[in-house]
Amino acid sequence: MLRFIIRRLLQMVGVMIALSLLLFLWLRSLPGGTVSAMLGERATPETRARLSKALGLDEPIWVQYVKFMGRALKGQFGASTGVLPGADAFDIFLKRFPATIELSAFAIILAVAIAIPMGYVAAKRRGSAVDNAGIVTSLVGVAIPVFFLAFLLKYFFAIKWGLLPASGRQDSINCTRVTNFFILDGLLTREFDCTWSALKHLILPAVALASIPFAVIFRITRASVLDVLDEDYVRTAEAKGLANRTIRGRHVMRNALLPVVTTIGLQVGALLAGAVLTERVFNFGGIGDTLAVSFFTRDYAVLQVLIIAAAAVFVIVNLLVDISYAVIDPRVRTR
Amino acid sequence: MTNPLKKYGDARKERIDQLAAMSDGSVAVADAGTIEEAPGVSLIASAWRRLRRNPVFLTGLTITTLFIFLAVFARVIAPHDPAIGYLLDKVRPQSNPIPGPEPGFPLGADNVGRDFFSRLIVGSQQTLIVGVFATLFGLTGGLILGILAGATSGWVDSLVMRAVDVMLSIPSLLLALSISALAPRPSQWTLIIAIATVQVPVFARLLRGTMLQQRSSDHVLAARALGIKRSSIVFRHMVPNALGPVIVQATIVLATSIIDAAALSFLGLGNPDDRQPEWGQMLGQAQQFIYDDPHLAFYPAACIIIVALGFTLMGESLREALDPKSRR
Amino acid sequence: MTSPANDRRKGSDTAPLLTVDNLTVTFQRRGQEPFRAVDGVSFSVRPGQTVGLVGESGCGKSVTSLAIMGLLPKRGNQVTGTVDYEGTNLLTLSDDDMRDRRGKDIAMVFQDPLSSLNPVIPVGLQVTEVLERHRGIKRKDAMPMAADLLKRVGIPDPNRRIKDYPHQMSGGMRQRALIAIALACAPRLLIADEPTTALDVTIQAQILALLKELVEDTGTALIMITHDLGVVAGLCDEVNVLYGGRIVERGDRHPIFREPRHPYTNGLLGSIPRLDTVGERLTPIPGSVADNLPWDHACAFAPRCSQPVEVCTTNTPTLEESGGRALRCFNPVEVAR
Repeated sequence: MLRFIIRRLLQMVGVMIALSLLLFLWLRSLPGGTVSAMLGERATPETRARLSKALGLDEPIWVQYVKFMGRALKGQFGASTGVLPGADAFDIFLKRFPATIELSAFAIILAVAIAIPMGYVAAKRRGSAVDNAGIVTSLVGVAIPVFFLAFLLKYFFAIKWGLLPASGRQDSINCTRVTNFFILDGLLTREFDCTWSALKHLILPAVALASIPFAVIFRITRASVLDVLDEDYVRTAEAKGLANRTIRGRHVMRNALLPVVTTIGLQVGALLAGAVLTERVFNFGGIGDTLAVSFFTRDYAVLQVLIIAAAAVFVIVNLLVDISYAVIDPRVRTR
Repeated sequence: MTNPLKKYGDARKERIDQLAAMSDGSVAVADAGTIEEAPGVSLIASAWRRLRRNPVFLTGLTITTLFIFLAVFARVIAPHDPAIGYLLDKVRPQSNPIPGPEPGFPLGADNVGRDFFSRLIVGSQQTLIVGVFATLFGLTGGLILGILAGATSGWVDSLVMRAVDVMLSIPSLLLALSISALAPRPSQWTLIIAIATVQVPVFARLLRGTMLQQRSSDHVLAARALGIKRSSIVFRHMVPNALGPVIVQATIVLATSIIDAAALSFLGLGNPDDRQPEWGQMLGQAQQFIYDDPHLAFYPAACIIIVALGFTLMGESLREALDPKSRR
Repeated sequence: MTSPANDRRKGSDTAPLLTVDNLTVTFQRRGQEPFRAVDGVSFSVRPGQTVGLVGESGCGKSVTSLAIMGLLPKRGNQVTGTVDYEGTNLLTLSDDDMRDRRGKDIAMVFQDPLSSLNPVIPVGLQVTEVLERHRGIKRKDAMPMAADLLKRVGIPDPNRRIKDYPHQMSGGMRQRALIAIALACAPRLLIADEPTTALDVTIQAQILALLKELVEDTGTALIMITHDLGVVAGLCDEVNVLYGGRIVERGDRHPIFREPRHPYTNGLLGSIPRLDTVGERLTPIPGSVADNLPWDHACAFAPRCSQPVEVCTTNTPTLEESGGRALRCFNPVEVAR
C-alpha cells in the first residue's frame, strides 16, 4: 500500500513538471504578450525593449523556464503585471485561491452527501418517487447553465426573500485572517460568529455549484448500484441470510462506489470551472475574475501561479481518488 | 455395462436427418431469431424498435426537431428584424431602460429598442450554428486523434493519449478561456473553436477506447488473418463499429456546447456583435439588467435549458438503447 | 461406491426434510405475456438424501431453487404452491424470518465461483460473516473457525488463505470457499446450483467428490441442480428431469439411467460422450427450448421429440406415478430388454 502511494506521488511530481513546462511554453505562445498589454500597441521599440529586459522576457525561453522553476520552488512567482500591477503574484494567489477551494470543497461535499444515498435509494427502488426526483433533478442540473442557477438562487433567496446574503464571503465584522479559508479561520481563532457569517455566505453559491457534480454523481451511483445489485455475489450475500445493513454496506456500496470515486475525481475540473462562474455572480472574491483579467492582460506571473495551483488541485485530488480506490479494491493494490 | 441406448441412438439420427432434409419454414424462422441477437445492423434495428416507444426519447426528439425547425425558418417566423431598434425612441436610460410589451411586440424590447421576441426566435439560429459547429470541429479533432491512437499502437498511441490526458486535466473552461484569449478579438468563431477544443480530448478518448475493443474483437482478427490491408481494416471494420458511442456523445456535446457558449459569453468572451443574436450571448448581456428586468435573462435561459434538455434526453436514451448491457 | 440398495434405504426410511408441492413461478413483466418458468413442480428431499433437478438451461431448475430460498425478486414474480420445511411453509414466512433461515437451515452454492464471491473483501470475512450473523460469534473468534472450514473443504494453508481475496485464488479453490461458506452454519439442506459448470473437468470431479463426502459425513440433504447427467450419475439418489418448467420424469438413479422412459431423458443420455461406444455419433436433441409448445394443450417437448404421436400436440400429458417412478409421456421409450 505504502509503495503504491509513493509510486503515485512520484508520478504526480512528473506530471506537475511536465504541466508547468507546457503551461510556460503555451502562455508565451499567446499572441500579444505582456509588453504590448502593459504599454499598448503604440509604444516605441526602445521602451518595449527596456521593459522586456526588466521583466527578463528578452532571454531564450528555456533560460526563462529554468529561472522560473528555480524561483517557483521558493514560492516566488514574480510581480503581477496586469491584475494588480506590482503586487506579488503569490500573495494574490494566497488571497484568492482559498475562496475558490472553500466554495468547491463545500459544493462537492454537499453533492456527494446527497447524491450517493439518493442514487442508492433510486436504484434499489427503481421507478419510485425518489428515483424520478433524482433523475429529473440531475437532468435539469445538466441542462441549466450554472451561473443562471446561481442568478436564480440569488434573485429569490437573497434579493426577493432576503433569507441569505447576496454577495461576498463574510459580513464586515472584524475577523482575524489566518489561512484565508474563512470558515476554518473562524474556528481556529474561536471567532465563531465569523465562521457563521462565512457559512451563510457560502450556502447559495455552494448549492448552485453543487448542481454540476450532483447530476453526475447521482447518475453514476444509480447506474453502478443497479449493476452491482445484479451481481452474483449480492445474491450469495442474500443466500447467506445476512442483515440488510451488512449487504448494503459491505457487499453493495463497497463495490458500487468504485466508479463513483473515479467520477468524483474527474469532476474537479468541471467544479473549478463552475466555481469561476459562480463566484462572479456572488462576488465571491475567488480566482474567477482574476483569471479572466490576467488572460486579457497577459499577466504571466498571476496566470502561472493560478493555473499551476489549479492543476495541482486536480492532480492531488486524483491522487486521493487513486488511493481510496486502492483502499476499496484489493485488485488494484496487488496488481 | 452394456449400452442400452444404442438402439435409440439410431432412431434419433434418423430424426436429425429428417430435420436436415426438411429445412422447412419453422427452421428458417428459428434461424432468423438467432441472427437478430447478433451485433451490427440488427443492434441498430432493435434499438430503434425500443426507442420508438420510449417517451423520454420521443420528448427529446420533439424538442430538438422543433428547435431545428425554428432555427432554419427563424427569419420567416420572426415578426421583426432582430437588428433594428424599432422602439429606440421609447428607451429612457434613467426611467425606462427596457421598454415593456406593446401591440406587435409581445415581450417588449431590449435596451436598444429591438424586438425581444424576434431576437429570441432568430437567436435559435446562431445557437444551433454554435452548437453544431463546435460539436463538428470537436468531433473532427477527436476523430483524427482517436483514430490515430486507436489504429496504431506503441509510442504514437502513448504520445497522443498523454497529450489528451493533459488536455483533460486542465479545467475545460480554463482551456476555452485561453483559446478565446488567443484571438485578437472575440467573435462567434473564436467562441466555436474554444468550445470545440474542449471536446477534442473527450471524443479522442472515447473513440480510442471503442477502437481498442474493436481491435481485439473476432471480426477484426479474422480480417487480419485474411491479410487485409491495415488501412482498410481500420476504416472498413473498426471505425464504423466504433461510431455508435461517438454519435451518442455528439448529441450530448451539442447540449453542453450551447451551455458552454453561454458561460463564455457570461465571462465576456462571447461575440460582441449582437446584430445576429445568440441565446448565450443574450443571457450574458442580460446580466446588467438582471435585478430590474430579469425577464431579459429568463427567456434566453429557459430556451437554452429546454434545448439542452432535449439533446440530453435524446442522447441518453440513445446511449441506453445502444448499450447491450441495458437490454434487460 | 454405494450400492443401489443402500441408496434406496437412505431415500425411504425417514420423513422428508423439505417437501415442495405444486410450486409455480410466474414471471410478469410489463408489456409481456406472463410466463410460467416453474409449473406445478413437486418433489421432496429426506435428510441425507441427494436429489437431482436435471434439465437444459431455461427448464426452470434454477428458478425452482431460488424460489425455495426466497431469493426471487418480489417485483414481477408470482410464486404459488408450498415449500414445506419441517412443517413450516417457507413461502409464507416474512422477509426477516426467511433471512434468519437462509445460510443457517438452508444454504446454497452457486454456479460461477468467481462472480459469486465479493471481489473486494477477503475470503475469510465472507466466511465469518455468516457465523457472526447466525451464531452470534465475534469476528475474532470466528476467524479460526473459518480457517477450519476452509481446511475441511480442502484448501491448503487455510490460515494464510483467509486473508486472500477471491482474485488471488484459483477457480476450484473459490468453489471450495463457496462450499465452506454454505456449510459454515451446518445447514440441514444444501442447494447446489450447477456447482461445477464453470470449472475445468478435473476440478469438477474433485468438487463433486468433496460435495459427496461432505454430504455423507454430515447427513446434509442436498438438492443438486445440473444439466449434466454425468454429475447426477455420481451423486444423486433420486433424479427429477425437468422440461419446460414441469417434471417429466422422476426415479431413483439406477433405474433412470438403465431404462430412461421419457424421450427427453433418453435424449439427454444420448448426448453424453461415452468412452465405451467408439465410433458412434453423438446424438444431440434437435432444436431448443424456443420450440416449446405451451403445456396447456400439448406436451411442450413434442416438437423436439424423437417419437411424437398424434395426441402429443393436442393433449397435456400428466405425471403418472408407478413403481417408485413418475413419468409424463404419452409414448414412452420402450424398455430395451
